[in-house]
Amino acid sequence: MINLSIAETHKGLKGKKFSATELAKAYLKRIKETDGKLHSYITVTEDTALKQAAEIDKKGKFENPITGIPMNLKDLICTAGIKTTACSKMLENFVPPYNAHVYDRLLGAGAVLLGKSNTDQFAMGSSSETSYFGVTKNPWDQTRVSGGSSGGPAASVAADQTCFAIGTDTGGSIRQPASLSSCVGLKVTYGRVPREGVISYASSFDTVGPLTKTVEDAALVLNVIAGRSERDATTPDVAVPDYTKFLKKDLKGVTIGIPKDYFEQGVEKETVDTVMAGVEVLKKLGAKVVEIKLPLIKYAIPTYYLLVKSEASTNLARYDGIKYGHTVKAEELEDIYIKSRQEGFGDEVKRAIMLGTYCLSSGYYDAYYLKAAKVRRLMKEEYDEAFKKCDVLVAPTSPFPAFKIDERMDDPLAMYAADTLTVTAGILGLPGMSVPAGFSKKGLPIGMQFMANQFDEGKLFHAAHAFEQATEWHKKKPKL
Amino acid sequence: MKLTHDEVKKIAKLARLGLNEAEVEKFSVQLSDILGHAKMLDEIDTSKVEPIAQITGLTNVNFKDEVKNCVVTDELLKQSPQPIHNRMIKVKSVF
Repeated sequence: MINLSIAETHKGLKGKKFSATELAKAYLKRIKETDGKLHSYITVTEDTALKQAAEIDKKGKFENPITGIPMNLKDLICTAGIKTTACSKMLENFVPPYNAHVYDRLLGAGAVLLGKSNTDQFAMGSSSETSYFGVTKNPWDQTRVSGGSSGGPAASVAADQTCFAIGTDTGGSIRQPASLSSCVGLKVTYGRVPREGVISYASSFDTVGPLTKTVEDAALVLNVIAGRSERDATTPDVAVPDYTKFLKKDLKGVTIGIPKDYFEQGVEKETVDTVMAGVEVLKKLGAKVVEIKLPLIKYAIPTYYLLVKSEASTNLARYDGIKYGHTVKAEELEDIYIKSRQEGFGDEVKRAIMLGTYCLSSGYYDAYYLKAAKVRRLMKEEYDEAFKKCDVLVAPTSPFPAFKIDERMDDPLAMYAADTLTVTAGILGLPGMSVPAGFSKKGLPIGMQFMANQFDEGKLFHAAHAFEQATEWHKKKPKL
Repeated sequence: MKLTHDEVKKIAKLARLGLNEAEVEKFSVQLSDILGHAKMLDEIDTSKVEPIAQITGLTNVNFKDEVKNCVVTDELLKQSPQPIHNRMIKVKSVF
């Protein structure tokens, strides 16, 4: 039963083929058998899962498709009474007193928590290698990374260690690991899902979204977690449609934009060929395909890191050894701050704080932060124009498939390059989805990325579902 | 451009972040590389462009101004590694 989608599992629960408890036990068994190889999980919440599942079984009602469905949450998402570490030494022993709003919404629908999954430290990274607890290995080749920062959520979905997962995406952290590990990853429009209770990276970029086995499953989860929140002022009052209504088999009347510039950003030939073969599938389904010029993609990476690291440096100021988290004893107050932060943060986080502090400091603010904020405006204008000409943009998710562990760790710019094709949706608050689209000769997954205008998640579901149903890639499973 | 060790130390002080000598050397190289790379943005003319920070166009978002109980105050206080005095976190004197 662990190889089923949410929709299929729901049928099984409703039809009494298996109980929520049996289902949770099957996934917990799978985690025990396979997580030594992958390390997707930081905390397995066996007792919580079995208690939640027993309550669901006692009620015996499966009205919401999510009821009784096992999930894990990226370890940035606060869970009352359950450790939430951001995969850092700083929060190694942090037990939040409250739930993130997204977790409350999932609990309200009856989801069952299997555990907390691995991420790059404070979501900073593209490989999950900066996790204080160690890398999550790729389910298809354990000498390679699973991507990041949501490496744990992606690998666990791909390897059937959960039915679905919730991750966060600032510049690709859901889509890129979904591409590298082979599952569906949805980055929502900025503000579509409340961020309250989710540990911040860059507050004007961060989004929360699902990683699932199918496009339909992503729609089922989004139906539960989307919408305005009294607990997050950045969630606009935009109506939440039933996203499953957008799932159709053909693409008649849909215009797909191909941004040629995306394919020229150091994208490996195998990835280009795979995605272009995917475009042929879209054409056969009835889509009209047009070429779109988006030349500012060339500047996306520096624009992204100048803004994101600046926001991160201010967000991380709260970790000072006083209110919570790691602390070091010292005579002077300032030394408590300095030493707690020195010991509590890893290399990548320190680099973000340093870069961000520099970009925001007097004398450099105009040249770096403000410059990037202006380019952000120009990029917005470019994409506003593009979405007048097409419904959905299609491009690769990552320039290359999963890379070797340690391959990029010593060169920050080489690591940033892994996000070349995903950061723009973060900069512009656009929704994007990565869907399995093929495999390299070495047997590594390659994802295809769909992007739409703000709050047009429905168009993503339409195009991505039609593509998925016309192909078999999402059905392939890694051997563990 | 190359960031000197003194510049790196100054930023670390602004950020209240302790660094050892090896980190100062490493960050002086890496930050120089990253900031050098970022200079490519100078190729774009932004002289007449307004910056943007709120990407979905929200302006002021107000909630009702009302007094509510914080139900987790004591649990939040328990998070602090510092001594608690009269339901307040006690820190070292700064004067």
